[in-house]
Amino acid sequence: MQRLWNEFSESSRIALTQIRANMMRSVLTALGVIIGIVAVTLMGTAINGIDVGFQNSLAMLGDDVLYVQKWPWGRVDDWWNYQNRPLIRPEMSDQLNRVIEDSRDSLLQVAVPVAARGGPVKTGENQIGGVQIVGTTANYSQMMSADFKEGRLFNDTESAGGRQVCVLGFDVAEALFPNSSPLDQSVKISGQPFTVIGVLAKQGAFLGLFSFDNQVMVPLNAYRKYFSFNSNSSQLRVKVKDKNRMEEAKEELIGAMRRVRGLLPGERDNFSINQQQAFREQLDPIKKGIAFAGLFITGLSLFVGAIGIMNITFVSVKERTKEIGTRKALGARRRSILLQFLIEAVSICLIGGLIGLTLTFSLCLILQSTMPSLPVVFSGSLVIISMVVSIATGIVSGFAPAWGASRLDPVVALRYE
Amino acid sequence: MTVAPAPTATGSRHYREPGSVVIEIEDVTKEYKMGEEIVHALRGVSLNVRRNEYLAVMGPSGSGKSTMMNMLGCLDTPTTGKYHFTAKDVSSMSDDELADIRNREIGFVFQTFNLLPRSSTLANVELPLIYAGLSPSARRDRAIAVLHSVGLGERMGHKPNELSGGQRQRVAIARALVNNPSIILADEPTGNLDSRTGEEIMQLLEDLYAQGNTIIVVTHEEDIARHARRIVRLRDGLIESDVRQN
Repeated sequence: MQRLWNEFSESSRIALTQIRANMMRSVLTALGVIIGIVAVTLMGTAINGIDVGFQNSLAMLGDDVLYVQKWPWGRVDDWWNYQNRPLIRPEMSDQLNRVIEDSRDSLLQVAVPVAARGGPVKTGENQIGGVQIVGTTANYSQMMSADFKEGRLFNDTESAGGRQVCVLGFDVAEALFPNSSPLDQSVKISGQPFTVIGVLAKQGAFLGLFSFDNQVMVPLNAYRKYFSFNSNSSQLRVKVKDKNRMEEAKEELIGAMRRVRGLLPGERDNFSINQQQAFREQLDPIKKGIAFAGLFITGLSLFVGAIGIMNITFVSVKERTKEIGTRKALGARRRSILLQFLIEAVSICLIGGLIGLTLTFSLCLILQSTMPSLPVVFSGSLVIISMVVSIATGIVSGFAPAWGASRLDPVVALRYE
Repeated sequence: MTVAPAPTATGSRHYREPGSVVIEIEDVTKEYKMGEEIVHALRGVSLNVRRNEYLAVMGPSGSGKSTMMNMLGCLDTPTTGKYHFTAKDVSSMSDDELADIRNREIGFVFQTFNLLPRSSTLANVELPLIYAGLSPSARRDRAIAVLHSVGLGERMGHKPNELSGGQRQRVAIARALVNNPSIILADEPTGNLDSRTGEEIMQLLEDLYAQGNTIIVVTHEEDIARHARRIVRLRDGLIESDVRQN
């Protein structure tokens, strides 16, 4: 054990001496590894970023909310079977809530109707188009994932009376009231005047596709009075009491909806229950595909770096053949010689890896400060993984030349000039 | 460490009675393949070396002298025949077992010194002790003691290229001594030195012999061989003569 440790520390010392003695060569060789590690770790941060963005987006949907809709999320091949389904009407939420109240130990808490359409919102001088206009009830507060920047959601009275009050999404408020508080101000939504009673905090975009901040929320009764009712987007959102029992809750909801719809046993469901899990299942393979392809392509550059290490270790062994002979004459075993050259290869890789990691880290910091929307996440596990990859690269690429060195015949090696 | 400051025994030469057998070579042959040709470097050599002997192996080039040296140094194994080193059968040992024998039992002194160019004198002398598994402090103590005994106590931090040829060979001798080997095997130890420095090195070997070391010098120079107490001459892979002298 003592002997192995001695050889290990001696080999490390030799490796550092050699690297210093052949500075230019070592730097050029390490450059290959540096580029490889930067490429792989940058890809790693991007994959991490995508993953975190994905998780954040799913969190916006709520992990304890079931969506009752006409269409399921994701692709369907037999669209005609869904097209002819009856509408999910907002009144059904009252029926559903009654069923929920009647059943004992229900896993469901409350059902809320939500309808949505696009439209313009304007004040005296500012106008933005394509805003998501969402109609819902005061119960929506029970399942909101967003926080309020200021103000509040409409209360039961305002909701039931269809009062013309609204809550603005963060971007809408920024665009319409850049310098002042929108509270108690009047806006025109699709031409109808509404008073602002709340502003939502920033939420971000769902999977980078559509923004939750580009919306206004109004009482459903006001929505139905003034805006044409786009039935396809009409849905019920059902809050579940215990998110660890989502599957059971889903079963209960299916049963409750069948009662509301008056479906006979044997008839097929004419509604879809959606949840964030569906997205996860759909997007996971895509995410994995991106990660695999990205890591494979960037891994190629690391492979080129590894070839450089192998080459330089071969050169190093050739140059120091006589030294190998001397060491063997003085009692170095095969293992000692193998270890010496392996450690040399690993040292260059490790130094290259550390430099590469530092570069990636600074690049990430720059990216995050200049383009905050870019999904770049630098994690501790990335540090460990890239260090392990560096060491593994050194071992794999240094092994063949080091093995050759350890097998040299001392007589031949000593005679080598 | 048994090495003490050099005794000033000039004039009558020191002689020690040989002790137990260290090297026992019995009818050893060695064949090489050189391209298509098979070279018979040794054709049946038998030789015993005892402790406290000072032996010179001589012969012209092509006599099998180098092969003999590699064999004696356990760098190579015989094609046929037996080689016992301190009663252990070397002919059938693995590479790593041979490495251990070389490490513990044999101190090499090469014609070209073979010092590690980027390591200090001290580190060069410590090298065999690393492979012997000694702790850093023990290595250091022993290397320092040996360097003092060969008169290089002031040069421990120097790199080989900062030393003269004679000093380099002294470092190599210190390295050969540091693990208390059974024999010191010197291959043309003065071959790269001028005659005065060479004489100094031979005096150092003489002192080491006087202190009880076993020394084998491989050389083609009569002047060098004359220092030994016994001369073995090789010719065409066979021992031509084996003479003791005092």
